[in-house]
This record gives sequence, structure tokens and C-alpha cells, in this order.
Amino acid sequence: MHRVKIYITLKKSVLDPQGEAVKNAAKSLGYSELANVRIGKYMELEWEGSDQDIQERLDKLCDQLLANPVMEEYHYEMEKL
Amino acid sequence: MPNHEPTKEQIQEQGLYREMGLLDQEYEAICKILGRLPNYTETGIFSVMWSEHCSYKNSKRLLKKFPTSGSQVLQGPGEGAGIVDIGDGLGIAFKIESHNHPSFVEPYQGAATGVGGIIRDVFSMGARPIALLNSLRFGELSEEKTKYLFQEIIAGIAGYGNSIGIPTVGGEIQFEDCYAKNPLVNAMCVGLIETQDIQKGQAIGVGNPVMYVGAKTGRDGIHGATFASVEFSEEGEQQRSAVQVGDPFREKLLLEACLEIIQNHADILIGMQDMGAAGLVSSSSEMAGKAGSGLLLMIDDVPQREAGMSAYEVLLSESQERMLLCVKKGHEQEIKHIVEHYGLEAFVVGKVTDDRQYTVMQHGEIVAQIPVAALTEDVLAVPKASKQPERYLSFQTEKAFIPENINSKEIWERLLAQPTIASKQVVYQQYDYQVRTNTVVTPGSDAAVVRIRNTDKAIAMTTDCNSRYLYLDPEIGGAIAVAEAARNIVCAGAKPLAITDGLNFGSPEKPEVVWEMEKTVDGIAQACEKLSVPVISGNVSLYNETDSKGIYPTPVIGMVGLIEHTKAITTQEFKAEGDKIFLLGETKPEFNGSELQKLLQDKISGIPPSLDWESEENLQEELWQAIQQNLIESAHDLSEGGLAVALSEAAFPRKVGLSLEVPFLLRDLFSESQSRILVSVKMENVELFQKVMKKTPVFALGEVTNGSCLEVRGRDGIVSLEREKLEKIWREAIQCLLKSKG
Amino acid sequence: MRFAVIQFPGSNCDVDMYCAIADVLGEEVSYVWHGEKSLEGFDAVLLPGGFSYGDYLRTGAIAKFANIMPEVVRFAQEGKSVLGICNGFQILTESGLLPGVLLRNHKLHFVCQTVELKVENHQTMFSNLYQKGEILRIPIAHGEGNYYCDEKTLQSLEENRQIVFRYVTENPNGSVADIAGIINEKGNVLGMMPHPERAVENLIGGCDGLRLFQSILSFWKEGIQVAQS
Repeated sequence: MHRVKIYITLKKSVLDPQGEAVKNAAKSLGYSELANVRIGKYMELEWEGSDQDIQERLDKLCDQLLANPVMEEYHYEMEKL
Repeated sequence: MPNHEPTKEQIQEQGLYREMGLLDQEYEAICKILGRLPNYTETGIFSVMWSEHCSYKNSKRLLKKFPTSGSQVLQGPGEGAGIVDIGDGLGIAFKIESHNHPSFVEPYQGAATGVGGIIRDVFSMGARPIALLNSLRFGELSEEKTKYLFQEIIAGIAGYGNSIGIPTVGGEIQFEDCYAKNPLVNAMCVGLIETQDIQKGQAIGVGNPVMYVGAKTGRDGIHGATFASVEFSEEGEQQRSAVQVGDPFREKLLLEACLEIIQNHADILIGMQDMGAAGLVSSSSEMAGKAGSGLLLMIDDVPQREAGMSAYEVLLSESQERMLLCVKKGHEQEIKHIVEHYGLEAFVVGKVTDDRQYTVMQHGEIVAQIPVAALTEDVLAVPKASKQPERYLSFQTEKAFIPENINSKEIWERLLAQPTIASKQVVYQQYDYQVRTNTVVTPGSDAAVVRIRNTDKAIAMTTDCNSRYLYLDPEIGGAIAVAEAARNIVCAGAKPLAITDGLNFGSPEKPEVVWEMEKTVDGIAQACEKLSVPVISGNVSLYNETDSKGIYPTPVIGMVGLIEHTKAITTQEFKAEGDKIFLLGETKPEFNGSELQKLLQDKISGIPPSLDWESEENLQEELWQAIQQNLIESAHDLSEGGLAVALSEAAFPRKVGLSLEVPFLLRDLFSESQSRILVSVKMENVELFQKVMKKTPVFALGEVTNGSCLEVRGRDGIVSLEREKLEKIWREAIQCLLKSKG
Repeated sequence: MRFAVIQFPGSNCDVDMYCAIADVLGEEVSYVWHGEKSLEGFDAVLLPGGFSYGDYLRTGAIAKFANIMPEVVRFAQEGKSVLGICNGFQILTESGLLPGVLLRNHKLHFVCQTVELKVENHQTMFSNLYQKGEILRIPIAHGEGNYYCDEKTLQSLEENRQIVFRYVTENPNGSVADIAGIINEKGNVLGMMPHPERAVENLIGGCDGLRLFQSILSFWKEGIQVAQS
């Protein structure tokens, strides 16, 4: 069993309207040092099954369902439970 | 020039232009125009400007057949949107546009940015957008991928329209296997304009600055226009460049800022154009092209979201929510000041020149220089072969399909559960169709109606196309699409004013598709002439093919009509017990291409229903008269599923019963004969109503009851259905299909 | 009577609200841009629906920092009428003028339809022209209208008769106790998800919303006995 933490964000080349709006709001509150905000999704999965193909299966799941590789990128961390 | 870009010679030797979608002949023509080899940036510019999406090179000769003029036309095709006059110094601007390929790759954002793009087209004319419609095509809902596309595309349309605050008031959805890997997303925007505010997208006056307003330019959606003009292969799915993400919030600000400039600072504005397909290069060269000027563009002054973007990337980016303005020299600060109020920035990125050249500079060097006319006028149209498809001939000679020994009750129920016919409430309740509080007739009707504030007028709007008929016979099918749209408009109490057409076809590399395009255009052109509705704007989407499987010819007709007095607004539902029900128009046993044929045979074939222009014109004119004289309680066009479906839809809203007798066999309840409308009339108006219907055949069917059954007696028996059960089938069908497991 | 309609970037029911007051109610009304700092001279403040600042992050989360908001808070503290509809309601909860929070609809979709509301408290400055228990038909249009608060807050809302409108027949968003609209303890700040401004003309969706605005006017003119526990 693994716990998998997946982070999904928009690719760097893709506009992030949410991030832009939050950045502008923070700046208007006086946080002028804020250079950039990117907003994404965080997911926690509990993963059963063998250690062998876990990475391959996870990549497939991310590409197929959790993220749209056309506009999003992802990375994940795994810990053994 | 960044050193990773190929050299002129490499482009020629390795044929790199082909990857950008240019043919050998086109590349040779470009070399001839320039008198030299084009560099990488220039090749990119040509590839998008000469794509079908920007140049209409494959369809231009056909589009010339459309009637485009009329006393009501204030602006015909060629600008952001067409405009018709509705009196009182007001005009209605509208246009439909496709966003098919992006919606397949990234359905939510693809559909959302499609809506955003068409809204910009309309407000760039100076019009306040007042309504959105859409026309969608999907594969069968039993497919898992289709369910995903369906839900995401609808969410994307809703997300953008709801957020920007423009009501989505109507539309249509059809399900057919040919759209499984080629879903169609056509969005239409309708705007209201004071005629003195009409803008053109032009850049004139040597030395006048060209200003950029809106979102920064990023590396998104590069080559979207060529992408929209090449066929798909599923393997290639992963390699596409990132699609664009829409920001309706910023677009709302851009909309308000642009309308503020147009309405209150017209004296300093010369032209305005949306940066849509092919982004900055398309909008800037078209602004110069329309004015016959030259234009100098300074890439370094274009606000960029990422560092190190090449001229090629900046020019071709399809980042959303951007607008290009040409203003009077010396008034740059005023423009900056106005847009700042809305939290936006404006930048001078170029100027009008008198050399008729499109010149692009970056880091102090000229990176592209092309005659403007070469981009906008002198597009090489490589003629495409045309050939009648084999299926057409076999359809023409086939024996007509006539259903035999059917159980009318069972068929009636099954038809109402077909997703193309079933209630779309699950879809349109995700759209804010009421914002701006002008929507009189809401989605789910033949046509939507929006009143015009501070007048007694209203406009009716619809999108229509039954592509099955076009698959059988594109000429008749194209004509039917226009006739049906007009019937829908008339049923609402309106006079048709004009249309916008969203022409969706397969690959023009196939002679059969070219033939379909030719015939479709003939059919539409003829219908427009007959009904006196000109085409004032439109869009062509080709290459709707995946793995060589193409779509049915799908020319979506978006029509707008005028209601002179809001009291003439008519809806489709039966109103009260005792009202008399009439069927206008002849019913023939016509089932080819029908929902019934698809249901029973799982395919369609044969010659589609016939269309008789005299009957159609009489029907529309006389019904319109009757409505204006306040004689009609309800009017509903007969389309997919025929009379059975129309009766059901008219009976459900007020939970009425029906007791009727039809002068034909029960199976003909499902016939899809054209030029028919179902109406209800108050007892005391029947006599007058029949007098108005001079030439149209009128059949008295019976009356509205307070019962719980829809009962219809035919020549060969009687069919009786429980309304509540029937309505449940119709209302829940799509939801059930979405939930069912493949 | 003078009404102010606050315009945030992304507000989109501002025009509807303005027209309901100007054309149908027939009272004075002005737009007030979010960057302004004063509500001097106004008798009631209306926070319209829409997607202020795109509703990115959380609905109403960025709007609460707008320049005009401290003045709206002061205005409310003075006991004058503040009405927030849809996004306006979300802004009122985010800025602490009303308890609770609006979550995403339980079915996760945006919902636009006409719903039935029951008038739970007809003795407020916003509802005094309705009958007790009257059923109204008012449109809704929102994706995040699922009102939520903890049990203690709910109990006090019930005890203080702060629930003004409840959904009947169908709860469209999963809100706690079918709540559609609540008022603050003092009785001068009302937040509701349904859009009364969309129901002020027979041609467009009926007239059931008009009496809400007429109630505000009648209270301003004559006052009513606002029942407080």
C-alpha cells in the first residue's frame, strides 16, 4: 500500500486566470513582492497493488483521467504505508 | 532571429512548410510573391493566413452564392459580425462560429473559449452582447468518451457564458455516431447596437497607432487556425500544442472597456478587431487589408506572459481575451486611461503605414515583411475536385422506407427517449438563461425570445440543422435547415430577418465532401432567396474527420427574427382546456432520414422529406398573420419525431390532456413531412383563424382536455398514453443515459 | 428613496438590479464602483449577483477587500438596508456581515431554474409586504448556493427568526435547513441566493420578487414593527 500525493498545475505556457486574479488581489493588499501565483489541484490517493508497475500505472491514470496533458502537468510523491 | 529556428533554405529543402499545413504549390506561390524564400516567421504567417479558417480558400467561391443584401442589412459578411436593422435606430449584430477541434482535445476550455471568441466578435462591432445560443453534435451517449465530452463541453459553455453574464437562451443538440470523434461546438452570439456605433475592423491614417488591449500573449494555442484546418489522427492527440484557457472575468472587463470607448469616445477610435483565430497576425493584417494600408508591428512592445518568445510565437499565439484597436494619433493616453478603470492595460504595438507592407520588427530588426494583400487577398486557391458520392445514387433509387406493423404506443414512448428528442433540461438548466432580465421565452422552445428594453419590440432566435437529411441529400437538407429555422422564428411571432451559417464539413481533400459543400450551399442559397433572408455572417469548419471518418454535412443555421410588439410573442405549449388544436400543412408518409428510421433500422437511407416552397411560404406568411391578429394560443413546429413529439412537448408544460383524431394512419404520427405546424386556438377565434389560413391546409384535430391522457384516434386505430409516464420518459432520458454504464 | 448598486469587476446582475429599481419600483438608483469609498446620501445598498473578480479562489473572497467594502460595513452598522443577492450574499458571508458560508451545489452543477420559496419571516424590512408562509416563485442561477453553517449558528438563526426564505418542494443546492435567505441579528442585512430582481415583471418570470423591493421602500417610508426575539 502506498500513499500518493499528486500535484496538478496548468503548464507554464497556459494562462492561469485564477492565479492572476489572486496575484492582483494580493498586490492590491500591499504584497507587492509577490511575483507570480499558480493555482492547481492536490490529490491524495491510497494505492494498493504491486510496487513493480506502480509508476507506470500512476502515469497512465494521470494522463487518462486526473490531468489533461494538453494543458496540465503533474508530479507526485509516494510513501509506503 | 533565435537560432533554434530553421533557416529559409532548410524550410525549402526539408519541406518544413508542409508541417505547417502549406502545400507545395502554395509554398511556390509564396516564394513568387516575395521574390525570395520566406523565413520561418513569414512561412508561419502565410500558413495561418492561408489556412481555410482565415482565408476561406476552399469555400469562398461557394459562399458567393449566398444572397447577402436586403433593405434590413446594415452590415453583411466580412466583419466581426453581420448587423440587421430593427428600427428605432437599433440594430442586431450576430454571428456563429465553430470551435470543434479544440473542444475534442480539451472539451471544457475548448467550448469555453469558443463562446469567448464569438462574444468578442460581436462587441468588437460596437454591439452589447444580449444572448448566446449554441449548436452541438455528439456521438451516441452510450459511449463513455461521449458522456465525458458532453458533460465537459456543456460545463465549458455554461462556465464562460454564466460568468460573463450573457444569457444562453437557446440551442440544439443532435446525437449521431459520425460525431463521436468529431464533436461539433458552434456558438452564436447576438448583440444589440445603436446604429451610430457600428465599428469596422480597419487601420487607416498613416502614423495612427495600433493599440493592444487585454490579456498578455503567451505560448498558447499556437497554430490553432491551421489546427482547425487539418484532419485529425488519434495518434497525434498527444503532440498538440497547449490549448487556450479562457478567462471570462477578464473578457467581461474587456467588453465593458471596449463598449465604453466605442460609445463615448468614438471620435478617437478608428477601428477595432478581435484577436481570434491566428491571433495578432490575423487581426492586424486584416485591419490593414480592409483599409488598403500598410502596418508596422513592434513585437517587443507586445505584452508577453513568458520570456524569450519568438516573433513567430507572438504573432501566432491564440491567447484569449485580447483586442486590437487603431486610434487617432495623439490620443493614446486617453485609451490607456479608459481601460485602466477596468483594470486593463493598453499598449501601442505598431502603426499604420502607407507602403502596403505588413512589416514586423523585433530587437531592432525586420523579422517579416510581406505585402498585406498577399495575406488577405491573393490567397492561392488550389481547386479541389468534386464528385457525387456513391451513396447518393443508391439513396435516390431506393424504395422509400415505410414502417409496418408497428406498435404506435411503444414507438411513441421510445421516440421520446431518443436523446436527440428527449428533454434537454439537464443541459440548459446549467446555463444562466435569465441574466440581464430580458429573456421572455426560455430554452426548450422552438425559438428563444429576448425583449428589447425601452421599446415594445423583441427578437426571436434559433439554431437549426437536421444533418441526417443532408447526409441523404445535401441540397434538400440544406434548404430544410433554413426553412425549419424560419418556421421556428415565425412560431414565436416573429418575422425572419437574416441568418448566420456555421458550415461544418469533413475533409475537402475528398471530392465527395466538396460535392456535399457545393450542394449544401445551393440548398441554403435557394432557401434564403425564397424566404428573403440574407446571410450576414458565418463560419466554415472543414476537416471534421478523424481517422478518415467524416461527419454528415452540418450547416448550422442561426436565424434572428423581429417581433414588433411583445404581445405577439407566442410559445409552443397548449394553454387551456377547451382550446382547439389544428395541424397546419400536409402529412405524407415520409420516414427516410427520420428519427423513426434510425430507431427501427439503426441507420438512415433514401430520399429525405420533400420541401415545397409555395406551401412553406404560405404557411409562414399566414401563421404570422394569424399571430399578429392575436388568434393563436400556441404554435409549435413539427420536426424530429413528427406530430407525436410535437403534441407531447405542447402538452407537458401545463399538464393538459388531449383528445384528438387525425386524418391519417397512426404510423404517420411519426412522419417528418416538412412545412407543418401545430397550433391551438381559442374556441371564439376559430372562425377568424380559419379565414386567415387561406392557402394552407388546416386540419382540426380536436381539443385540449383537463385529462391525464394523450389520446389520438387514427384511421387504423387509437393510441392512448398516460401523460405523466410519457413526460417522465422524455424528461429523464438523457440523465439515464449518462448514468448507465457503457 | 436612493438605492446604491455596488459594481465589482465581474458583477453581472448590476443592470438587472438597477432596472428593477429605476423602471419598476420607480425610485432613484445609482451605480457605485468598487473603487469608491463613500455611500453618503444613499438609503439602501444592493450587492448584485455575478462573478466578482471571476469568483476565483472562493466566491466573494476577493470582493471583500474592495475599497467600498469598509463603507458597506459602516453603512450596515448604522442600521440601513443592505441586500446581497447571489454573489452579493456570498460577499456578505465572506465579509462577516452574515454568518455561514455558501458551498458548491450538492449536485456540483450550476442550476438555473425557477424555485418555490416560503416566506418564513414576513416581519423584516425586506419582507413586510408578503404574507406569513406565502409561497413565492423566484428564479435561481448559481453554482455555489449551498448555504452551510454549524449547528450552533443554525440554532440561533432559527431562534432569532433570521431565516427569511426557505426552499419548498425542492432544495436545489443542498443548503442546510433548506435555507434560501437569511438576515443578520439586527435585521437590516439580508442575503439570499434567489434573484427577486428577475421577478418584477409579468413578461419576464412573474412579479413575486417585486414586493421585496416594495417592502424596503415601505419600511423606509413608514417603518414597521420588526419583530426581534
